[in-house]
Amino acid sequence: MRLDLILRVGAKLILPFILLFALYVQFHGDYGPGGGFQAGVISAGMVILYAIIFGIRAAKQVAPPRVVEMMVPGGVLIYAGTGAYTMLLGGNFLEYTPLAHDFLHAHEWGIFSVEIGVLVTVCGTMIAMFYAFAERGRS
Amino acid sequence: MKEAILEFAQHYNYFITIFLMISGLFIVIARGNLIKKLIGLSLFQTSVYLLYLTPAKIHNGTAPIYDYAYDTYSNPLPHVLMLTAIVVGVATLALGLALVVRIKEAYGTIEEDEIFSKDPEAE
Amino acid sequence: MSSLSWGTIEPHLPILLVILPLFGSLLTTFLRKGILAWLIALAVTLVLPVFSIALLMKVMETGQPIVYQIGNWPAPVGIVYKVDQLSAYVLTVISLIGAVIMPFARRSVAAEIQEPAQSWYYTMYLLCLCGLLGIVITGDAFNAFVFLEISSLATYVLIAMGRHRRALLAAYQYLIMGTIGATMYIIGIGLLYVVTGTLNFDDLADRLRLAIADPGYRNAVITALGFIFVGVSLKLALFPMHVWLPNAYAYAPSLATAFLAGTATKAAIYLLLRLIFSVFGVALTIDNLPIPQILLVLSIAAMFIASFSAVFEENAKRMLAYSSVAQVGYIMLGVALINQAGLTGALAHIANHAIMKTALFLALGAVFYRIGSVMYSDMAGIGRKMPLTMGAFAVAGIGLMGTPGTAGFISKWYLGIGAIDAGMYSVVFLIVASSLISVIYIGRITEVVWFREPSEAAKTAKEAPLSMLIPLWILALATLYLGFDTRATVDVAAKAAEVLLGGIR
Repeated sequence: MRLDLILRVGAKLILPFILLFALYVQFHGDYGPGGGFQAGVISAGMVILYAIIFGIRAAKQVAPPRVVEMMVPGGVLIYAGTGAYTMLLGGNFLEYTPLAHDFLHAHEWGIFSVEIGVLVTVCGTMIAMFYAFAERGRS
Repeated sequence: MKEAILEFAQHYNYFITIFLMISGLFIVIARGNLIKKLIGLSLFQTSVYLLYLTPAKIHNGTAPIYDYAYDTYSNPLPHVLMLTAIVVGVATLALGLALVVRIKEAYGTIEEDEIFSKDPEAE
Repeated sequence: MSSLSWGTIEPHLPILLVILPLFGSLLTTFLRKGILAWLIALAVTLVLPVFSIALLMKVMETGQPIVYQIGNWPAPVGIVYKVDQLSAYVLTVISLIGAVIMPFARRSVAAEIQEPAQSWYYTMYLLCLCGLLGIVITGDAFNAFVFLEISSLATYVLIAMGRHRRALLAAYQYLIMGTIGATMYIIGIGLLYVVTGTLNFDDLADRLRLAIADPGYRNAVITALGFIFVGVSLKLALFPMHVWLPNAYAYAPSLATAFLAGTATKAAIYLLLRLIFSVFGVALTIDNLPIPQILLVLSIAAMFIASFSAVFEENAKRMLAYSSVAQVGYIMLGVALINQAGLTGALAHIANHAIMKTALFLALGAVFYRIGSVMYSDMAGIGRKMPLTMGAFAVAGIGLMGTPGTAGFISKWYLGIGAIDAGMYSVVFLIVASSLISVIYIGRITEVVWFREPSEAAKTAKEAPLSMLIPLWILALATLYLGFDTRATVDVAAKAAEVLLGGIR
């Protein structure tokens, strides 16, 4: 691999801010523009940028394929699990009201956990798709 | 003549939608390259996003984010629907590309006519 | 936290029907062992029919639809799941077929799919089931699209898992056609949304009735009807839009073929019925539009042209796939008649065809398990080595012809009565004539498997294992049983037809 010093140092500088921006978008998403979907794509973009610059083997140490494959169903499990949990608390599927004593609090919690699920799945899916297409035919 | 131009200008979004729809469908039908077909398919799906989002815009409406300064908002529902449709589109495209990769590995080509000449019964 | 008892579960049955297979499919991805994934899939699919039959009995008893509000948001703000006689009936058919074939799955899948992919196979199977049940249960037009795509994407993967490399091409072809169909469906729904501002089926019907008075809106609504009709017809393989089906069914793994043949087109037919009768039918007078005439011509063309294609086929799975296209023709013929008897026949045929065709494909799956091929040349004389398997095949095949005493006769009988009620006597003749063609193609394969000298492959074949024979014979005996006792099919179908026809103008 060639030593593109500026590229590597520049990427290292920018990577944490990409993740920070992803988290900002994630946690700002309840009451403003943003949410798990965008945050998932941005954080997956970080891993993909890392893979493009430092090689896919290095990226696989950051985001091991096994973990990525677990993230895809894991996020859906968080989302659907939230719905099932509200059913166990006596509400309908995805009815957030029983999650807390206050209507607004309950909805805050509900949307929060659903968005976490979306983040995990979208991030996992994007990385998994990148791995699948980038690796094919090399090994 | 003036009315015709005004009519066009007022509905230009719909003309773009129709153009995308027809060209996407045409590419799917007319091209033999499996990747190009998928590009056409994506174009066809993209036209739907525009079809839904155009009527969602309300005159003088802002982005549908609650703010004390505004009281007219655009309709957020079509945006949510299209977010879902985009996800479906991405999933379809990814699966389609994955299939093309496998077809390339199995047949050694992604041109439809070459595949059928290698495997005449596949048609 | 409330305790788990039937009383607490019952109000949640509609959502459980969808999320149980979803949870099952998620769990199978974590457990990377084929046998564990199979156990989960078996457990889930055995529970689902209990739920759907409970829903069906409740709906039949009260006569009122069951509505479930997701997140407790009432319609039209939130998405509601609505179970009426028709949807409960189709749900029961799909979940029963999904359950009956599961014992068959273990050996068949183990033989046809390599180990690391086996648990993915069950994931896709459950996801597809989730999507199909979702299409039938939802009361929201866009939600139906999402479920349609969930089931379709899972179907493409299932087909691509076939052993032959043509499975990939078949899956690709289906992906292109299926996506065009689904996209046309949302274009239609989008036009309806522009006109009415709602996506809930009931609400759409109400507002369309008012909107239709305006000629500008009327054009948009009719355009929407055209898009939706073509889009969903692609999914249900109505005659000229069926080209994806034969290859997809022929090269998919045996179990996937049996499952898809029994359920996938049925869910799409349900969606078309729901939209044409419960949404457009309320607002427009369907008789004034050429929809019934178009359906009539296409379904009769399907009955004949697809049946003829089946006669000359050398691959047994492809032959049955063409026969499926023809049988979809029968169902749509009953729909085109738009009267009580015709619709009853069509709806009864949804269940009857699902049972018979699944049995036929399961029998071929057992043959494929033993000799690794379903070409006529390899299947010659197999009946002498696998008499129980091919016996069940023959029983289901006799049903498919529409012989009196079998389920296939019942649905064709009602179709015939429907045609007479509509004053179309020539259609009765055409139903009988096309049934004679099915006698030829079923007769041809029967001759091959029973009366020819055994082929090389057939000489060493053994009878299929018990786990395959039991599901096969359950379905074969159901074909016979439903030919005598029609309470489960025709009575329910008649009620569902009444509900459909009661709504239209």
